[in-house]
Amino acid sequence: MMDALGEPQGVLVLGGSSEIAIATVLALPRGRLRRVVLAGRPSPALGEAAATLTRAGVQGVESADFDASDTSLHAGVVDAAFDGGDIDIVLLAFGVLGDQAEAEADPDAAVKVATVNYTGAVSIGLRVAARLRQQGHGTLVVLSSVAGDRARRSNFVYGSTKAGLDAFAQGLGDALHGTGARVLIVRPGFVRTKMTTGLDEAPLTIDPQDVAKIIVTALRKGKETVYAPGPLRFVMAGLKSVPRPLFRKLPL
Amino acid sequence: MSTTTSPLELQPGERVLTGWGRTAPSTAVVRSARSTADVQDAIVTAGGRGVLARGLGRSYGDAAQSGGATVLDLSAMDRIELDVAAGTATVGAGVSLDAVMRALIPHGWFVPVTPGTRMVTVGGAIAADVHGKNHHRDGTFGSHVQSMTIVDGRGDVRVLDQVSTPTEFWTTVGGMGLTGVVTEATFDLIPITSSRISVDTVRTRDLDHVMDLMLTGDDAYRYSVAWVDSVHPSGRGVLTRGGHADAERLTSAGAQDPLAFDPKVLATAPPLIPNGLVNPLTMRAFNEAWFRKAPKKRDGELQHIAEFFHPLDIVQDWNRAYGPQGFLQYQFAVPDDAGHLVGAALAALRGVGALSALTVLKRFGAANPGPLSFPQPGWTLAVDVPAGVDGLGPVLDRLDEQVLGAGGRLYLAKDSRMSPAMMAASYPRLAEWQRQRDAMDPDGVFTSDLARRLSL
Repeated sequence: MMDALGEPQGVLVLGGSSEIAIATVLALPRGRLRRVVLAGRPSPALGEAAATLTRAGVQGVESADFDASDTSLHAGVVDAAFDGGDIDIVLLAFGVLGDQAEAEADPDAAVKVATVNYTGAVSIGLRVAARLRQQGHGTLVVLSSVAGDRARRSNFVYGSTKAGLDAFAQGLGDALHGTGARVLIVRPGFVRTKMTTGLDEAPLTIDPQDVAKIIVTALRKGKETVYAPGPLRFVMAGLKSVPRPLFRKLPL
Repeated sequence: MSTTTSPLELQPGERVLTGWGRTAPSTAVVRSARSTADVQDAIVTAGGRGVLARGLGRSYGDAAQSGGATVLDLSAMDRIELDVAAGTATVGAGVSLDAVMRALIPHGWFVPVTPGTRMVTVGGAIAADVHGKNHHRDGTFGSHVQSMTIVDGRGDVRVLDQVSTPTEFWTTVGGMGLTGVVTEATFDLIPITSSRISVDTVRTRDLDHVMDLMLTGDDAYRYSVAWVDSVHPSGRGVLTRGGHADAERLTSAGAQDPLAFDPKVLATAPPLIPNGLVNPLTMRAFNEAWFRKAPKKRDGELQHIAEFFHPLDIVQDWNRAYGPQGFLQYQFAVPDDAGHLVGAALAALRGVGALSALTVLKRFGAANPGPLSFPQPGWTLAVDVPAGVDGLGPVLDRLDEQVLGAGGRLYLAKDSRMSPAMMAASYPRLAEWQRQRDAMDPDGVFTSDLARRLSL
């Protein structure tokens, strides 16, 4: 149960090796935390994420098998996590960036990105929402992206999956409004992670720890949507209003 | 058009519930129980998230809410029956002490114990084993209960009393509603000849002053409580003590009806108050004014029962003043030799700017046999603080350790943030209580957000 000061006891991470998610767990108030379920594909990275949390003194870290693209197993993943005790915060943190050129050459590769980032999120998101409703409380944190705010030539496959995910999360948040269960949408810009290693950094680039702090503050204040960093909200508002003939020519 | 109902939207009967502090909400199906049969039906048809009875929601934290559960409202079980010969009342669990007082004071009877608000139900008073300004003399509400009817976790109706079923009785008193649903109780009354309290008031210089007066003088009074200025480093305050006034004093003063009792709500707090209304400036002003309005010393002032016991009930929904982030109340009890923790707690909270308007110091008398009953001999301090204060959590955790180290504990009806470890260590009879609770509710039907949070 979340307490009066916003300290959680149970956390579920979908995409358990996500650096942003792990940084977020580490940034949460830890005094009451007693169970953290890291759901992800079995991998050294998932084991390392669990070890990182345990080393940092986080209690009750568990791992669970979860593959975003295998939706037939999603119900079991969610039930196992919630049957083990109330979950106060769910971090939906999985996603793949893919390679735009490869996706254009091989549509199957594009479908894979779409399946993980969008289809997988819809499947697990609805199941999580239903369990949050059954327990009567809890917040689903959805890691969206500014890439979904406006599709760019250079990564529109990824961007379109995040646009779909973001629209889904907005609607889900509205459906849950007033029920005690909530959705927090987080739209990071360029974050230094293994996903972006080797890419040129954009302006307002930040670290996973910065995103984590923004998420924790937003959770405490009960926000519905946050950008990371915050000023990106205004950058994106400007970019969204740029006419397409001009937008095409921007070096983005 | 789809005919499938959405599992996401709020269903009929579902309500988002919080405690009085308006923190950590959760949603439950609220169901009105009009009879014992209704209560039994709710228990035997309970879903996996269980059942909990809720009174008027005056516990500050998450004691009277249970996410996903069936929450029972017993306000329709509203019988009030006075037995003049026995000096007792038999009252439905959903009846408020306000209703009991309005019914019985005009007949010359008063409740054995009243907390700082009349807006609690009899069922809630038993579940939290509430105390009042007379604890040092009269103990808790539960100890004045002659018998009570409950529906246990099997759906069986049982009558509990202190003599023939002491284990079940004391597991239920202070048991936070987790042993069964109380449907009715018979409790002792105090005979009175007037609805006034004769009050002696002293403004106190500092904590030493007030604590010395209470240690040496409280035994001479039925009721005693001190308000402490949480802003002023001295811990200055106002000590008010008294007892029921005789009717002769009123009639000689020209009163027509010495037993009149009709307290009014003078104002209702507006539903939307921004965060920040309760801030260091307003708290400073409030504390200064509360201190100044008290006389330096006055003896024998006649105050109405409501004015003396329930000054806050004049403003309905005053909890909204803390804004949408809500607030919490930190109340601990420590033995006499740890009286220094009163000053230490106030200083620690001042240190993070957590200034309180309502800081209340009281002496507790003997504890009763209830394993989870809060009061124990010594001091108790209650402090209201806004939940949004930065750094509040670590300060309260450190205070918890000091309270625990001194052999003290926190009040479950107020708690909204202690750790399960603090709970288990500070209530050493928790395991004994859990065994007895399991016998009364073998399938774990009764639960609450508080019970889940503290692993009760």
